[in-house]
Amino acid sequence: MTWQGIVQIFVLLAVVTAVGYFLSKYMYNALEGGRTFMDRVLGPCERGVYRLCGIDPTVEMHWTRYVFVLLAVNVAGFVVLMVLLALQPVLTIFNPAHMHQVPFWVNLNTSISFMTNTNWQNYSGETTLSYLSQMWLTVQQFLSPVTGICLFLAVVRGFSRHNANTIGNFWRDFVRTLLWVSIPLAVIGAIVLLALGSPENLHAYTVVRTLQGHKQVIAQGPVASMTSIMQLGDNGGGFFNMNAAQPFAGPNAASIFFQLILGFSVPVACVFLFGKMVKTLRQAYPIFASMAILFVIGAIAMYHFEAAGNPALAAHGIHLAASHNMEGKDSRFGIGTTSLFENSTTAVSWGSVIASNDSLTPIGGLVPLFNMMTGEVIFGSWGVGMVGMIAYAVLALFLAGLMVGRTPEYLGKKIESFEVKMAVLTMIVPSLVILILAALSVALKAGTSGIFNPGPHGLSEVLYAFSSGVGNNGSAFGGLNSASPWYSATVGLAMLLGRFPMYIPLVAMGASLAKKQRIPESAGTFPTHGPLFTGLLTGTVVVVGALIFFPALALGPFAEQFAAHAGKLFGG
Amino acid sequence: MSELDATGQVGATGTALAHEGEPVAGESPRGRRRAMSMWDKDLVHRSLRESLRKLDPRALTHNPVMFVVEVGSLFTTADALRYLASGRLGLFSFTGQIAIWLWLTVLFANFAEAMAEGRGQAHADELRRTRTETEALKETPSGIEVVPATALVPGDVVVVAAGQVIPGDGEVIEGIASVDESAITGESAPVIRESGGDRSAVTGGTTVLSDEIRVKITAGRGESFLDRMIALIEAGVRQKTPNEIALALLLAGLTLIFLVVVVTVAPFSVYSHAPVSVTVLIALLVALIPTTIGGLLSAIGISGMNRLLERNVLALSGRAVEAAGDVNVIMLDKTGTLTMGSRQATSFTPSPGVEERRLAEAAQLSSLADETPEGRSIVVLANERYDLRAPDLDSGHVEFVPFSAQTRMSGVDLDGRQIRKGAAESVARWAEVELDPQTAAVVEQISRAGSTPLLVAENRQILGAVELKDVVKPGIKERLASLRAAGIKTVMITGDNPITADAIAREVGVDDFLAEATPERKMEYVKSIRAEGYMVGMVGDGTNDAPALANADVAVAMNTGTMAAREAGNMIDLDSNPTKLIEIVEVGKQILITRGALTTFSVVNDVAKYFAIIPAMFVVAYPGLNALNIMHLTSPETAILSAIIFNALIIPALIPLALRGVRYRATTAATILRKNLLIYGLGGLILPFAGIKLIDMIVTALHLVSTAR
Repeated sequence: MTWQGIVQIFVLLAVVTAVGYFLSKYMYNALEGGRTFMDRVLGPCERGVYRLCGIDPTVEMHWTRYVFVLLAVNVAGFVVLMVLLALQPVLTIFNPAHMHQVPFWVNLNTSISFMTNTNWQNYSGETTLSYLSQMWLTVQQFLSPVTGICLFLAVVRGFSRHNANTIGNFWRDFVRTLLWVSIPLAVIGAIVLLALGSPENLHAYTVVRTLQGHKQVIAQGPVASMTSIMQLGDNGGGFFNMNAAQPFAGPNAASIFFQLILGFSVPVACVFLFGKMVKTLRQAYPIFASMAILFVIGAIAMYHFEAAGNPALAAHGIHLAASHNMEGKDSRFGIGTTSLFENSTTAVSWGSVIASNDSLTPIGGLVPLFNMMTGEVIFGSWGVGMVGMIAYAVLALFLAGLMVGRTPEYLGKKIESFEVKMAVLTMIVPSLVILILAALSVALKAGTSGIFNPGPHGLSEVLYAFSSGVGNNGSAFGGLNSASPWYSATVGLAMLLGRFPMYIPLVAMGASLAKKQRIPESAGTFPTHGPLFTGLLTGTVVVVGALIFFPALALGPFAEQFAAHAGKLFGG
Repeated sequence: MSELDATGQVGATGTALAHEGEPVAGESPRGRRRAMSMWDKDLVHRSLRESLRKLDPRALTHNPVMFVVEVGSLFTTADALRYLASGRLGLFSFTGQIAIWLWLTVLFANFAEAMAEGRGQAHADELRRTRTETEALKETPSGIEVVPATALVPGDVVVVAAGQVIPGDGEVIEGIASVDESAITGESAPVIRESGGDRSAVTGGTTVLSDEIRVKITAGRGESFLDRMIALIEAGVRQKTPNEIALALLLAGLTLIFLVVVVTVAPFSVYSHAPVSVTVLIALLVALIPTTIGGLLSAIGISGMNRLLERNVLALSGRAVEAAGDVNVIMLDKTGTLTMGSRQATSFTPSPGVEERRLAEAAQLSSLADETPEGRSIVVLANERYDLRAPDLDSGHVEFVPFSAQTRMSGVDLDGRQIRKGAAESVARWAEVELDPQTAAVVEQISRAGSTPLLVAENRQILGAVELKDVVKPGIKERLASLRAAGIKTVMITGDNPITADAIAREVGVDDFLAEATPERKMEYVKSIRAEGYMVGMVGDGTNDAPALANADVAVAMNTGTMAAREAGNMIDLDSNPTKLIEIVEVGKQILITRGALTTFSVVNDVAKYFAIIPAMFVVAYPGLNALNIMHLTSPETAILSAIIFNALIIPALIPLALRGVRYRATTAATILRKNLLIYGLGGLILPFAGIKLIDMIVTALHLVSTAR
């Protein structure tokens, strides 16, 4: 490890904190009824949309109505995408590379993936999809994170409102997030990426003859714009199979660093936005601190193990001058930046990668795996990362809150059996889905036949796939035949379950909280704005995650790492 | 008789009888209903029998955690027997021992519950013994008829004379009597019951000691206070409170998750060529699910009710007890709760031209024969201030003038000195003088401060004023301060005018006051602060308290109070001690703290159990995993057995804590949290590492299972 490698973790954290903080002010004004400098331009657009669609944005919705509309919009996007992919050979527009039929299972998986903001890709973009398909995927990459913000607003209003039966208007939240947040930020992102060297065109692929005389096809397309929204929206659905490591998507270190900032911006802003919405900014600080601590620990742990390299080498008496693990990494970025990026991609849930995670050291690979298993609450994806953290806070407060001798409360709202039920549901869903689907995959022929590496590494690959699916992350470990019907279907199922069954209970919880009266704060109130709460929250995330996944992880990354220390390898 | 009445102020006389012998605030009258020793022999025996009976799976369905353990025990036992039948004695020994400890885990949990229930049951039995089949003298149109008490219906009127047992709950409609209520309250001092007013309620099973009363029966068979009490104590066992339900949900959720965790370990281990036996999987499951809190949860709730009962408080629902922990506004009556209710002399203010010493001496002389607390306090004060000793009054020229309602004065005639003290106007009238403005101002000022002014005159000359103050009870200020530290607001209720109330409120140290309180104002006040989100606790005894009580979250009715107040309350204080509310709040908090502490403890315990069991499970397939065996346990078998033994033994080890409750000291939430997180959070993380290691050493030394690595 180098000091520069460590420092850049903190530099990134400092930059994204500043960006997120200022963005949160803008978002608060845009989404909770304030004024912004964009109103003059966007106001008419907004009113136009409402008039066109016949929407009355002032009608307050009950949570069931809100969720119904949210689901309807998502299902509509899903259907359009499935039809478009199915008709790809027939639709000749924007298809200069003459892409063919998309297999059904891949189509289903992809459509779920882009509806749920997972953007798990079990296809290679440049060899499977036409420009038209890619462009609709880009549309989905706008819509799915906006849905996340709507879920966030619905839940947080449970704390900011009281004695209220409604949680806002979905259309208004949806349209304003899209117009005020997504589109302007994506445009800025695309322009900067363009300036940093990514192409943006609709040309056919260039075929060149290399110096050795080989034929090479150079894939291209609307790369800058798609990369911008892929990173900004924490989507990760790359234009190329190599994702951000492809030289057009990630042309240089500056571009990669900028993409990191882009990915962090809105999730970090959501933490402060939460504080602003509940009218006490300092309530956001311990949550931010918790996320930052988990992020830094993960980044340093991964960096450490990647820099230390494969212990099996030393065990076999092989001593290299530079022992660090460069396998599967881009030499342009090196160990430090790669570790930071791979940790970030599972913390902030964008799933974009610049390395092959399959080639990480066992514990290095454990870091992103654990980030996803704990529900991607280290900033997480747009809105839902923060919402997941609120669920942890509710659980932590329920347990520890009893210890102050009062019915536990959070932000003046009593946490009673309904809230506990919903928070427990949110906790149960991802863990059950990951464990059960992974267990089936290693028990059934359909599953094991898709695992490329035997032994503990194969188990890690399976666990990673389902964790990525449930977490709506989308990054792949690799080493798994994810396009097979079994994994297409099961990972698709995981993505679905990890989206709606996970967050809708929290909307219900928010609605139940919104109905309640606010309890005045006093010396008898559990203090949720200090370091004590940060410690409690961080501890809860780690302990809950560890308790649920420790046996599986012991047989995966831990077994592999300790075996490597003894020089044991698991050859095919 | 004292000048108290002379001043015409509403005093404490109304409830004097009830408050007599009332303990000082801050001490509770424990021991009257003697707190049962924790390990009472009969109780333990009965609980042991009960814990076996509770093994019936149907009895365990209300506790999913223990139900899972019992199913696990059955499987392991079957496995052990299978090994025995096939002659694999090594496996039989290991599996058999695991099975034994799993059964013990269930038994320990049952025992904890039975202990708590048994203590409640003992209270109920005690009450049941006092319920006697009595006969009633029922009034009928044709005269008085003797009927069995069980035949009475609400609305019947009965006559009860001295020496007879009151046949049922009712209201005195005529007469006054002293009643021995020790059957209900354990309090031997008789109380007065009379028609009209706030002391008209009588309870079935109590005995009239003097006089005769006519009672209108208000409760039918099975609905009497005594019946309800017994039923409640017994039902308290089965009632779950809101927080308990929420916690049970969380525990069920955790159990479900761990069930899936363990079930999925099976395919993972097969895939990893490290298959694990069913016994080991069950051991892992039982170690992970929250058995500690699952086993103690109901005991905590029941023992909370018992602790209230030991303090002579009967909660009509567990919900109310829990709500007591949430109360953040307490409404307390001024007289008798915050203040002594009897006035004490606190200062002498002489009139112009009079020496203070002379005033003190005259006041002392006039009070020598005054045996009221007020009179005695004047003697004492004069003694303290001027070292005045009561002169020898046996010389024969002394004539005491007793107080009379006519004169509203008392005093003494001594060697030609005529000394009088009494209400201002009366004394001025006796002295036949117009009060000088300065003295009049002093009198005014004393009244305003909420005290009672007495004027002292000698030979028609006004000497000055004595201030009689309703003294704040010792210890009450500290009590209120600690409540404030715990974030609980106190509100004083008084009939005084706002200026007087303000002065007293300031002195006592309450946060707010409600002056000139009427039933409507009290109720409106309760409603308005509840609308702000506060939870209100209140004590009341009179019918005029009933509307406010009905609106409060925790409403403690005094047993001496009217039926209306008792109906409106959700708790009844059998001692009728108005500061009891503070103790009730503390018990409520204690229950919640104990639950939270043991749940946290139970969950973090899992970390150490993982470090014991996981390496043990997989070390054969992946020898490297022994690095996780940080406790250096001897062998996989000893490790697993030790974890299970620890898991079982921690339950009985914590029974005393569950029954007694975690100590609660009124202070800020942050302080309590820090302390409890340290003890039960961090402690719960570390303790099992030491415990399992210790057990492993014993298991190894005794060669209970294979110690081969």
